[in-house]
Amino acid sequence: MSKVVAGLEYSAEHEWVAVDGGGPVGVGISAVAADALGDIVYVDLPEVGSSVTAGETCGEVESTKSVSDLYAPVTGEVTEINTAVVDDPALINSDPYGAGWLFKVAVTEAGPLMSAEEYAAANGGEL
Amino acid sequence: MTENYTALYEQHKKAGASFTDFGGWQMPLKYESELAEHHAVRNAAGLFDLSHMGEVWVTGPDAAAFLDYALVGKISAVAVGKAKYSLICQEDGGIIDDLITYRRPAAADGTDRFLVVPNAGNAVVVAAALAERAAGFDVAVEDASGTTSLIAVQGPKAEAILLRLVPAAQHELVTGLKYYAAVEVPFLVAGTSRELLLARTGYTGEDGFEIFVDNLDAPALWQAIAAVAEEGELVPAGLACRDSLRLEAGMPLYGNELSREGNPFSAGLGPVVSLAKESDFVGRAALEALKAAGAGSTSGRKLVGLKGLGRRAGRSHYPVLKEGNVVGEVTSGQPSPTLGYPVAMAYVDVEFAEPGTALDVDLRGKAEAFEVVALPFYKRSK
Repeated sequence: MSKVVAGLEYSAEHEWVAVDGGGPVGVGISAVAADALGDIVYVDLPEVGSSVTAGETCGEVESTKSVSDLYAPVTGEVTEINTAVVDDPALINSDPYGAGWLFKVAVTEAGPLMSAEEYAAANGGEL
Repeated sequence: MTENYTALYEQHKKAGASFTDFGGWQMPLKYESELAEHHAVRNAAGLFDLSHMGEVWVTGPDAAAFLDYALVGKISAVAVGKAKYSLICQEDGGIIDDLITYRRPAAADGTDRFLVVPNAGNAVVVAAALAERAAGFDVAVEDASGTTSLIAVQGPKAEAILLRLVPAAQHELVTGLKYYAAVEVPFLVAGTSRELLLARTGYTGEDGFEIFVDNLDAPALWQAIAAVAEEGELVPAGLACRDSLRLEAGMPLYGNELSREGNPFSAGLGPVVSLAKESDFVGRAALEALKAAGAGSTSGRKLVGLKGLGRRAGRSHYPVLKEGNVVGEVTSGQPSPTLGYPVAMAYVDVEFAEPGTALDVDLRGKAEAFEVVALPFYKRSK
């Protein structure tokens, strides 16, 4: 079963958000989504400085088998993107909650997010 | 629609497979990583469950003449022990399925025997079409799909692995087996010798084998093959990598490149159609007319290979553009794991089918540059 990490918050579209104090929050996609997509070979991230809106698409994730939209889990300005994951999208499969993080957002408004427990229960993940 | 399970379903579950529906069958999509499975087949070997494929026996004094009538190829010219790739077409030339026909040794009473292997989702339709076309021929059509499993070992290590299950005195049967040929080989499975039909065929672009086995013996054979493979030699491989492997090898997939709406000439399968054979066959008149009209060469669309110049892949049904105008449609596409760039097969208007032609694929509203290239994308070094 796909891993769900405690302490993160999750969107219904399978993005995780690391809310850890004052600064910009880290965003990635959950192992549930990464496992369902299969081996990821291409990722299109929002640009640094662009605005993203919770629940709206902000990029694409492409696996060998399919293409999925990336949805912003929060509203705000993108402050940093993970260039390592653009060069090596397989990081999303191998370490979705760590080296496979996608971008950081200076949040102006939080989106509707779930706790790890709620997300795991709703999506069959393993805490 | 009822879901079908192969005799190997429990093996796949134990191996951690994720499943997908394919032609009404629950089949392993991948076990761990489809990319790793793809590379394993190119560099070592992969073990595939193809039990969703059909097996239809055609036997009788008229078997060869009947298959000449039912299929587009000249099956009567196939030698015993050999196999032939062919198509079963409608009267209008549309493709019902592509299939492989194996000519087996005649029965003791001299009766000809052929094994026809159609695709999973088409097995019932093909068996029914053959039965219908059999009227007037002294022939029996028996659909053995429900009791027959098919296990493939594909990749450069395939022969070495299978030889370990065959007595040394019979190794020559395997090592001497030519591409598109089949032979009965005694395999040592779970301590007993079993005579199984071994074919040197595949759908991956690598050397490899397919083994026909009764459902009851399939799990033991699967385990025996896995057990004799050395560390790093063989991985179970799912349908995801089967698709990427066959795409790199430029092999058409029914439902993507082949359909009842298409025709053999546009699909690049003109040579499979034997207009030279003297006897009539289903679809002959329509296919002669299509050929005379230049289908796939001077008129209509033609199946081509597309190489992506960027990083993003074209997918099935994406429009192909020339200067903004739609001139074709992608039938299969994804990033090629072996080559490292996106590849696709697409039907394009014949005037844009020449290798080297620059085209775009509409990737969800964004035009991405592709170039027409000759198929296959990948060819193994011999």
